[in-house]
Amino acid sequence: MLQIISLLVENKPGALMRVTGVLTARGFNIESLTVAKTFDPTLSRISIVVDVESSLRSQVVKQMNKLVNVLQAVDLTDGPAVARELVLIRIRANMNSRTAILKEAEIFGARIVDSSTEGFAIEATGDPEKMNEFIDIMRSYGDIEVTRSGLVAVSLDNKKLRLSPPVVREKTEPVTT
Amino acid sequence: MFGYPGGVTLPFYDALYDHPIRHVLVRHEQNAAFAAQGYARSTGKVGVCCATSGPGATNLVTGLVDAMMDSIPVVALTGQVTSKLIGSDAFQEADTFGITRSCTKHNFLVKSIADLPQTIHEAFYLASSGRPGPVLVDIPKDVFQGQAHYTPVTTIHLPGYKLNTEGHTGQIRRAAQMMWEAKRPMVYAGGGIIHSGAHEELRQLVEMLDAPTVCTLMGLGALSSTHRNFISMPGMHGSFAANMGMTQADLLIALGVRFDDRVTGRLAAFAPHAKVIHVDIDPAEIGKNRAADLPIVGDAKKVLGRLNKFLEELKPAEAPKNAAARAAWWDQMRGWRDAHPLTPEFSDEEIKPQHVMMEIDRLSAGEAIVSSDVGQHQMWAAQFIRFNHPRLWLNSGGLGSMGFGLPSAVGAQFARPDKLVFAIIGDGGFQMSIPELATLANHALPVKIVVVNNGYLGMVRQWQELFYNNRLSAVQLDTFPDAEKLAGAYGFPGRTIEKPSELRSALETAVKSPGPYLLNIRVTPFENVYPMVPAGAAINEMVLRPPQPVPVGK
Repeated sequence: MLQIISLLVENKPGALMRVTGVLTARGFNIESLTVAKTFDPTLSRISIVVDVESSLRSQVVKQMNKLVNVLQAVDLTDGPAVARELVLIRIRANMNSRTAILKEAEIFGARIVDSSTEGFAIEATGDPEKMNEFIDIMRSYGDIEVTRSGLVAVSLDNKKLRLSPPVVREKTEPVTT
Repeated sequence: MFGYPGGVTLPFYDALYDHPIRHVLVRHEQNAAFAAQGYARSTGKVGVCCATSGPGATNLVTGLVDAMMDSIPVVALTGQVTSKLIGSDAFQEADTFGITRSCTKHNFLVKSIADLPQTIHEAFYLASSGRPGPVLVDIPKDVFQGQAHYTPVTTIHLPGYKLNTEGHTGQIRRAAQMMWEAKRPMVYAGGGIIHSGAHEELRQLVEMLDAPTVCTLMGLGALSSTHRNFISMPGMHGSFAANMGMTQADLLIALGVRFDDRVTGRLAAFAPHAKVIHVDIDPAEIGKNRAADLPIVGDAKKVLGRLNKFLEELKPAEAPKNAAARAAWWDQMRGWRDAHPLTPEFSDEEIKPQHVMMEIDRLSAGEAIVSSDVGQHQMWAAQFIRFNHPRLWLNSGGLGSMGFGLPSAVGAQFARPDKLVFAIIGDGGFQMSIPELATLANHALPVKIVVVNNGYLGMVRQWQELFYNNRLSAVQLDTFPDAEKLAGAYGFPGRTIEKPSELRSALETAVKSPGPYLLNIRVTPFENVYPMVPAGAAINEMVLRPPQPVPVGK
């Protein structure tokens, strides 16, 4: 079953590797993955869609929360959340089909980002099922090339971010013998 | 600190040259990690190991995974090639940071000398706090060589490192109530008790409830083996009473344990009648293998301390209610114990490995440090040697790394020079750790090496006998060095014995001998460990003894 996990991580080298390591160590295949900085440049937001057996879902999130670089990992699969994906399509279109393609794009709320005698480049966003439909329709018009962003999701729950406070070290004395 | 220098750690070793930190030169990096563990396991303090880049770092890996599995606080320092060369396939370069990511609790690659002090402090803090574990710091040569002004590290801020130590008060109160309500409670205590130093709190809890108690392989010594409530180790090679108790209990009080497959057997059939109270500092352990009816995330020492107060408060009102049922429960436990006790084997012709353990136990009387390797001898030692205190029993539990016993004993003897340290090792594991005989001799460490030599990789052979139709494939170790000559080559005494009559005096001589001693004991080659829960069976489906010859009618 597909699981959507959203993580807030420290923007440090290796942080992504640790997160994906939790999944690859258990042999799970990642369906999509997006990473980008948040408004705080020291933090990144990761959204992962991964195929995990339902019995292991909470274990995976717990293991991620254990990682030192992870501030928060939440399972958005069942919770109230909005999930979207961006799709870029390049389509070859001859003069006969151009109008029809533009019509279809309009129905899906897609934007034409490039137009040439060869065809179009189209940008669409929506939930993944909608994007699948859009891609299927576009394929019926000819050769296409597709790049998907992978899912990005935001929780609609107001989950409090619990962070550890700084720890004061007791004075360390230099070692003497 | 246990280490092995190399090209990129030259500047570090130069600084160590006249620094008071004591560095012990081991003979293989893997053993540096094991020795650091021996130090950490026997004291609770962080053990430190050090290796150079490339092969040095990759050789540490087994020891790091081992520390990870058993939650042992270790800091590993590795050299890395100069920053500019990273990623260029430079001489002795390996992606240590990437390789050890899954072998450690956390790891660091230090990119600037300005970060070095903070990183080292964070490494020690991470290794020793919460659920302990190994932390690796990879340091490029130019960072080692750099110069910077040292500002003392006063605070550590790791916002994502969440520690839950206190335990939820309401949950703890409910746990106390459940404990008194149980008719057949059983305490299942593990390594977490030892790591958090909660052995005293555990004793109080066990005595207040008067519950039968099993300690896991990692938890031996958490409750003294001579305590009247102590049953034995549970699981694959646990006693009949321990496993029947787990199966019939109506409440499992699981403290600092992780329901390892070697304890639970077939999980679906494990403790089918029991509710589970699970206390662990790591939230990811709760419900991982067995769902907990009452989870408590917290440090065992803190949680048990408060739990005992609640138990005490409730005792006058609650204790009498189930007194009769609990007395009957104890009767049943005693019945199981008497029906199939753990009995050592003895023989007049051959030395039985169990006999060796009984003699070591007699000499130790529950006070010596026993560092064990992995295999049949480890199980016999766990069954028959008593431990009056925590941190006496050192063994590779989770990972089961052969070659652990001797270097771990080295670390323990450095940490506890006052203690008698036995290294009990099979002939297989011994041959993996022979290089460290030099370290022993070098420092005249009085470790008593007892090789339980059956000429086989005994545990593997046992499985081939039982489950692979006795097709003994690649398990016979038919060449073994002459112990007297081998030890003599390193300059300390060694001896081989094979008669039961020699055993007692030979061990006594070894213990009385002032320095290291290598005692090679030729034991019955085909002895197997019983009781045994076959893989995939429930723990009450034990095989209690080897198949007996059936008399044939005339």
